[in-house]
Amino acid sequence: MKTLKIEDLSKNFGSTEVLRKINLEIDEGNFLVLLGPSGCGKSTLLNIIAGLETINEGNVFIDDYNVSKVEPKDRNIAMVFQSYALYPSMNVRENMIFGLKQAKTSKEKIEQQLEKVSKFLQVDQLLERKPSQLSGGQRQRVAIGRALVREPRIFLFDEPLSNLDAKLRVEMRREIKKLHQQLKTTVVYVTHDQTEAMSLGTRIAIMNHGVIQQNDTPEIIYNKPSNTFVADFIGSPSMNLIKGSLKENSGEISFTANGSNFEIPVKGYDFIDKSSLNNKEVFFGIRPEHIYFKKSNETDFEVNLRADLSEYIGHEQIMTFDYANQEILAKFPSTIKIELAKETKLYFDLTQASLFDAQTEERI
Amino acid sequence: MQDNLKSSSYQRLEQKSKYTNMFLRWFLYFVLILFASYFIFPLYVMVVTSLKTMEEIRQGTLLSWPGGLNFDSWAVAWGGRGYGAGDTFLRPYFWNSIKMVVPAVFFSTFIGAMTGYVLTKWRFKGDSWVFLFLLFGCFIPFQAILLPMARTLGALGISNSIVGLVLVHTVYGIPFTTLFFRNYYVSVPTELVKAARIDGAGFFKIFFKILLPISAPIIVVTVIWQFTQIWNDFLFGSTFSFGEAAPIQVALNNMVLSSTSVKEYNVDMASAIIAGVPTLIVYVLAGKYFIRGLTSGAVKG
Repeated sequence: MKTLKIEDLSKNFGSTEVLRKINLEIDEGNFLVLLGPSGCGKSTLLNIIAGLETINEGNVFIDDYNVSKVEPKDRNIAMVFQSYALYPSMNVRENMIFGLKQAKTSKEKIEQQLEKVSKFLQVDQLLERKPSQLSGGQRQRVAIGRALVREPRIFLFDEPLSNLDAKLRVEMRREIKKLHQQLKTTVVYVTHDQTEAMSLGTRIAIMNHGVIQQNDTPEIIYNKPSNTFVADFIGSPSMNLIKGSLKENSGEISFTANGSNFEIPVKGYDFIDKSSLNNKEVFFGIRPEHIYFKKSNETDFEVNLRADLSEYIGHEQIMTFDYANQEILAKFPSTIKIELAKETKLYFDLTQASLFDAQTEERI
Repeated sequence: MQDNLKSSSYQRLEQKSKYTNMFLRWFLYFVLILFASYFIFPLYVMVVTSLKTMEEIRQGTLLSWPGGLNFDSWAVAWGGRGYGAGDTFLRPYFWNSIKMVVPAVFFSTFIGAMTGYVLTKWRFKGDSWVFLFLLFGCFIPFQAILLPMARTLGALGISNSIVGLVLVHTVYGIPFTTLFFRNYYVSVPTELVKAARIDGAGFFKIFFKILLPISAPIIVVTVIWQFTQIWNDFLFGSTFSFGEAAPIQVALNNMVLSSTSVKEYNVDMASAIIAGVPTLIVYVLAGKYFIRGLTSGAVKG
């Protein structure tokens, strides 16, 4: 039994296609992050799960029960919004129990739930306050509390941290993580922030133009992006994609960047499909953090590159190098001194490299 | 040496700007007082004249102070002289106006709030067209609809009645009240409605429990606006009602214009003040919220 299952879901607003044939499954207790740039359809998908938007095609199942045409209140879900959406005229207590009262829950049960949740979230001192008298973090907590008291099957979060300042955002992120560890409820969480997605999710679904690009664990998304969009979207700075072609020479496959005079052997690479690799136009992807200043593995590949630019950001520095007229970035500890406009010896960690078809932009 | 020169020239400049500022300030006060007295002058004349006897009016000037606090003309304006035919006084018409204004303000405000709520929070296909057509109502010259409206009221059997006037004022108030409420609710985050829907609240519950409690500023604006419009209306009142059913503005007109004997300026002035006082009271009581409501932007949670 899947807690949430989405089947061939399509949605359009007039002639604009927002979601295309979305298929998604979540197991009990998972924390799924919907990640993507603005306008990719992730919030629409969340609203559809909540029942706040209608569906054009496809179905939504919660606990194997088709809820596609079920009212939001009957879906056993709770949602936390970006603007918190606390009812301004009600105090914290009324805000938190509004849903339970609508559901005609008994007075004792309401009190019991309220006490439990407000203690748990440490808002029990604030119950008589109006939302306007709360700080951003407190509002966030009350909004989560309002969702918690209903004991839903699925929590939906719609960019809940975007309205907070940077420091509070990191704090609340940890709180949400803790909350999920303790409660183990299924969560669907929408964000455009990759750090949030990476740190919170047990699974991440990366979306672009209404299509899920990759749906996997954070580790696999980071290490084995399924196409150039994912490779580019995750990581800061994003993965270097060097244009070039593959060569097959008596079973040994190597990569040559356009205009460069040396070959990078990729024999250890785990190809999905080994056929017709010779002369294939590809992108060679390597993350800035996988370019080293000192050789650390036997398989590391040694190159001499000219340093063009240095960006100091405190604990580390981002260097721009010239690789056969293509810019590539590398990240080093800021203790390393590298001279600009000079050739520097660097090491590519080939175990961390990715290859993408230049035409389809898919991983090969 | 150089420093001294500099500091003395700064001192001179400082002095100069001080005089300029002082002059501008006095000029500002002068203009403000001038305009204020210009606006307050008619009110002064009205109040003073209403307190004079006819003798004093004939002998004194427009601005001269009354001999004493003489409220006789107020009593006549409100309650009449006590003789039978031809004696027009305001009391019954005042109550007519109250009976017309209260329901008309209530219904137009309530319906406007509802329409504004639907147009912003329950969007439907073609809703912007509905709003556009509603806005037409704000710009239609009311003279244009007098005839069709008279026929409609006749067909409904409520011509020359307070109920008829309530209907007319409600109908022509809705475009304005809708505009007010729509613009207010646009700034209320739609996520509130979404949250309430997930919590299990329906269309009316969301309106009454979530939106209405935060609408106080705009309700005050709408009530003041509608009250002033309807209370001061003469066109609809004089077209769709006569005799007993007329509202106060029509009665005031009849009183002042149709008197056959000597013009009693003191009674006329007292009547005019009585007819104008309710709008003043409403504004004084709610004016603070009026300004706040007009200027308030987004509702922050």
